[in-house]
Amino acid sequence: MTDLSPHQPPAPPGSIPHADVEHRLRVTDTDPKTAKRAERQVASMFLLSVLFTILFVVSYIGIDKTATIYIPVMGEVGALQIALGFTLGAAIFLIGAGAIQWAKKLMPDVEVVQQRHDQVSPEADTLDAAGQYERGKEESGFARYRMIRRTLIAAMALFPIPLVIMLRDLWVPTPDEVGKSPADILSTTLWHDGLRIVSDGTYRPVRPEDLPVGGLISGVPADLLEVEEIQGNLNARGKAAIILIRMDPADIRSQQGDGWDYQGILAFSKICTHVGCPIALYEQRTHHLLCPCHQSTFDLADSGEVVFGPAARRMPQLPIGVDEEGFIVARSDFAEPIGPSFWERG
Amino acid sequence: MTTSSPIEQAGGATATYVDKRLGSNKFLSRNLAKVFPDHWSFMLGEIALYSFIVVLLTGVFLTLFFKPSMLEVVYDGSYVPLQGVKMSEAYASSLDISFDVRGGLLLRQMHHWGALIFVAAMAVHMFRVFFTGAFRKPREFNWLIGVGLTVLALGAGFSGYSLPDDLLSGTGLQIARGIMQATPVIGTWMAFLLFGGEFPGTSFIPMLYSVHILLIPGLILALVTVHLMLVWVQKHTQFPGPGRTNDNVVGYPLMPVYMAKAGGFFFVVFGIIALIGGLVTINPIWVFGPFTPDQVSAGSQPDWYIGFLDGALRIMPNWETVIFGWTISWNIMIPAMIMPGILFTAIALYPFIESWVTGDKREHNLLDRPRNAPTRTGIGVMSIVFYCLLWVGGANDIIAVAFDLSINAITWFLRVAIFVLPPIAFVVTKRACLGLQRRDREKLLHGFESGRVLRLPHGEFIEVHQPLSPKDLAVITSKTDIVPLPAPERTDADGVRNKLYRIQALRHRLSTFFYGDNVPKPSAAEIEAGQHHAAHDAAIEAPLHDYEDADQIHTFHGGVLHHPGMEETNAQQIADRSHD
Amino acid sequence: MKFLAARRRSPIVASALLIGALAVVGLGYAAVGSVQPAQAAVGTETQVEAGRQLYLEGCSSCHGLEAQGTGNAPTLVGVGAAAVSFQVGTGRMPLAAPGAQAPGNMPTYTDEEVAALAAYIATLAPGPAIPSAEQLDYADADIALGGELFRINCAQCHQAAGQGGALTQGKYAPNLMESTPQHIYEAMLTGPQSMPVFSDAQLTVEDKQAIIAYVRTLQTEASPGGLTLGKFGPVTEGVFLATAAFGALIAAAVWIGIKAR
Repeated sequence: MTDLSPHQPPAPPGSIPHADVEHRLRVTDTDPKTAKRAERQVASMFLLSVLFTILFVVSYIGIDKTATIYIPVMGEVGALQIALGFTLGAAIFLIGAGAIQWAKKLMPDVEVVQQRHDQVSPEADTLDAAGQYERGKEESGFARYRMIRRTLIAAMALFPIPLVIMLRDLWVPTPDEVGKSPADILSTTLWHDGLRIVSDGTYRPVRPEDLPVGGLISGVPADLLEVEEIQGNLNARGKAAIILIRMDPADIRSQQGDGWDYQGILAFSKICTHVGCPIALYEQRTHHLLCPCHQSTFDLADSGEVVFGPAARRMPQLPIGVDEEGFIVARSDFAEPIGPSFWERG
Repeated sequence: MTTSSPIEQAGGATATYVDKRLGSNKFLSRNLAKVFPDHWSFMLGEIALYSFIVVLLTGVFLTLFFKPSMLEVVYDGSYVPLQGVKMSEAYASSLDISFDVRGGLLLRQMHHWGALIFVAAMAVHMFRVFFTGAFRKPREFNWLIGVGLTVLALGAGFSGYSLPDDLLSGTGLQIARGIMQATPVIGTWMAFLLFGGEFPGTSFIPMLYSVHILLIPGLILALVTVHLMLVWVQKHTQFPGPGRTNDNVVGYPLMPVYMAKAGGFFFVVFGIIALIGGLVTINPIWVFGPFTPDQVSAGSQPDWYIGFLDGALRIMPNWETVIFGWTISWNIMIPAMIMPGILFTAIALYPFIESWVTGDKREHNLLDRPRNAPTRTGIGVMSIVFYCLLWVGGANDIIAVAFDLSINAITWFLRVAIFVLPPIAFVVTKRACLGLQRRDREKLLHGFESGRVLRLPHGEFIEVHQPLSPKDLAVITSKTDIVPLPAPERTDADGVRNKLYRIQALRHRLSTFFYGDNVPKPSAAEIEAGQHHAAHDAAIEAPLHDYEDADQIHTFHGGVLHHPGMEETNAQQIADRSHD
Repeated sequence: MKFLAARRRSPIVASALLIGALAVVGLGYAAVGSVQPAQAAVGTETQVEAGRQLYLEGCSSCHGLEAQGTGNAPTLVGVGAAAVSFQVGTGRMPLAAPGAQAPGNMPTYTDEEVAALAAYIATLAPGPAIPSAEQLDYADADIALGGELFRINCAQCHQAAGQGGALTQGKYAPNLMESTPQHIYEAMLTGPQSMPVFSDAQLTVEDKQAIIAYVRTLQTEASPGGLTLGKFGPVTEGVFLATAAFGALIAAAVWIGIKAR
């Protein structure tokens, strides 16, 4: 096929063979006016980019960071954010668009061809490499010195051990944790007999009459705020969080322990037994508790048993009562570990 | 100083200076004219590369302001609804980036959008490579590197999602801890070591930070470098077309066309990410509030690339067994460890499995059309359907609200569909591919149906068949017929038992499964006859139009029939295979 | 006005006028709505009688002639005026069609009629009253506290940004973006449908005002980052990514691949 390219490249240096493909001339190849227009088009894109960069700097200095602006479709939005994003985006985009337009309209669009070669090495190289390897092996005596070989393997096998051992102190047990395994620690919470349940967020103790039938309270132990952890009290919170609900005592079909409720008030762990999301999506009509993460559903009127979803275990119940001042208290810790399953749990 | 030689003058002062120290001109001479084939789908990998660079740049900026600490502080920045609220330094500094560092929110959003685009571009790039068979010899290593990069990108994304320590990201970590804890034997210890004790502890975000900004990006950079070097060394694959063979590469030279296009595309991708980051909110951390382990928001979702894992966790039935006092959480291990393990292993090994099954050991630089590898295409579509169903599972609560459905119904639908729909997708795709093959064969034998009906002088009606254009002819004839491996003999001619019988029989069956249904390409003679006939049709019609066109058709069809791919005979292929 | 008169036929002006009219009506409605509770809390005899008539005509077929409840609907004895104001005032009742739960709707009754119904139901047995104007005055409320209480008590169902969320079997926690302070207060007080009750002893009036102030912030605050994508979180972000963002990038790639003419 004939090559229709207008610029037949000169002699060898820097030339590439054209592909055996039909080539159509572009308008910019034949019409100098169009070519000139394309040139101006590309240049104006670069120029606009310059303009947008300047506008970016102006916006950065001139717009207050709390200012907002109404933009149709978007609504009321941060003015500085929109101005910076638009000017930066436009400035960068136009550089790219200009370069591509330049390539498409003004640089040659004749397809060229190169030959490929199989990746496999020439035989001579392969033979030589094999020879070199054999020579090296022979000279090292790796095959001969059996004792060296074996001790080297032993040394190499053992030397990573220190690196792994040193990971042990990623967890430095707190004074309370010393001597306990992770499984032990996961199995206990702050709750104990007589500890008041307070409403989370307001930390007010709860009286039974505060909680009407159909009511829900996210509760935490009364002494939670005294727990001093470096990040507040999140570790203790993550295990001790409960929900208190109240239903008509006639609706309670079963409980995890006899009389663990108080006049229809039940306390359950708030931490899902699947992978540990906190749950408080309590439907007061059905008494179902739904996890928003993976939709495990527990029936709180029926010992917190699983009725749907991937959780395998029921939601642990906390036995409750009322202290002499009339506030709701826990009667013990949970009878089983709360939260996700683990190997040692049994 | 003597006057420089003509060679040195030609090289230019700087190039000469560098060349005398590095020998770089040899490299330049070989590579400035390096040819890259042009196709929009070859840009998908570039999108991934460029968005990664954008994410690196914006990420460096964010490190200047972010404090990876879980120590408790009281927020006193300019976002009123959170003033006076206790939170971690990580969250407080993320709020500062969003509200008190001018342009900080823009860069945070660019970083996040860029990361989502990075992973998405990798996935789509992988689809392109898979469906066109670009992973075949000699590019299997690069496929493996790509799979490694994908896994690293998931890690990069998830570790970044978890850093701001808002309620959403903390919920993600809480789930990750739950999954970790379900690992047999070492689960609790693993969780305690990584979190420095109980959840949430204070050590995980600082640890994750160094993973997110040092370890993973370092590994990605290293692997991306090797990935690109291999593309460079092995040269890019190309789609079939006129003048393109398995032994050449047709396209544009690096300097200047490809440089301008690829360089320009970097700025285009960068610009689009900046525009999206500037105009579209992503992860509004201020509405989620600080993380505490006893709060949660409805609709807590991971970013899209983790969605399939979350969906798998959601639709899994609640199986758990206790053996000798040890708990095995199948409900967590199957969806969160075993399924993704199998999925990624299968993806990584696919090139080797396919080449073993088909016995195809030749080098492939010319891409397959997806229809010409119906089983592979079917497997790909099946996997995508599987993945998308898990994705739907991951969004089932949002879908339930948006379309007024029940999450329970969606979950049950998915529990069934995950086993039913992917195989259906496979069969439908394979059938569709074979249908397209049949149509290609028709085109080769009879030209394409122009839709024009002619009445010949003696009263006969015919539909005019036009010969194919050179491009179509080259593309369609690029198909290479592969014959399934022959069925093995139980005993050879001397009555000796064939020890490899079982494995060979398996290969025979799989290979038949792969290629048994393929529609054979017509022989060169049949094509010539067919195209000639079509040209004849066109010639009949020609008087009604103009003669020149008809002439042109004749000349083209002569040139194209000698397409290199066509001379290959089945016998030769089988010989090649046994040879390897 | 000449300008407007000349262009009244243009769709833009027409819609502007419409929006203006709606705004006036809406403001009027809001003004009336905020005055309403004080009147409703008292409940004159004529009002109660009017309410009884309305009840017998519109509600008794399901809830029973004495509001004792039937197989189709629960008893209304003791639900209080607040429950009526919420259920009827948000258009949830009368129920348009049976379903997983009653959706919010355009109210069927006027504000006076709702007040009359509420007054009548309040006479049946003591129950939560419609909150007073002082109770609904959230101007001095602590927004940050409201945010914390919202995340502890509300976000698990209504989502952190108040966009609503799914419950079991097709039920859902509704979006709060259009909810009025009065209806938010009443919902907390009475626990409509699946929602639990949050009594004034548990979340005090100040706590409820703080929560209302926070929800109002969520409803009205500007979006600092641009288009919100509905604040649904990563799912809508993923949808935007797959469509608009990736669409733009692919379009750019295709543009590069097309040969210039």
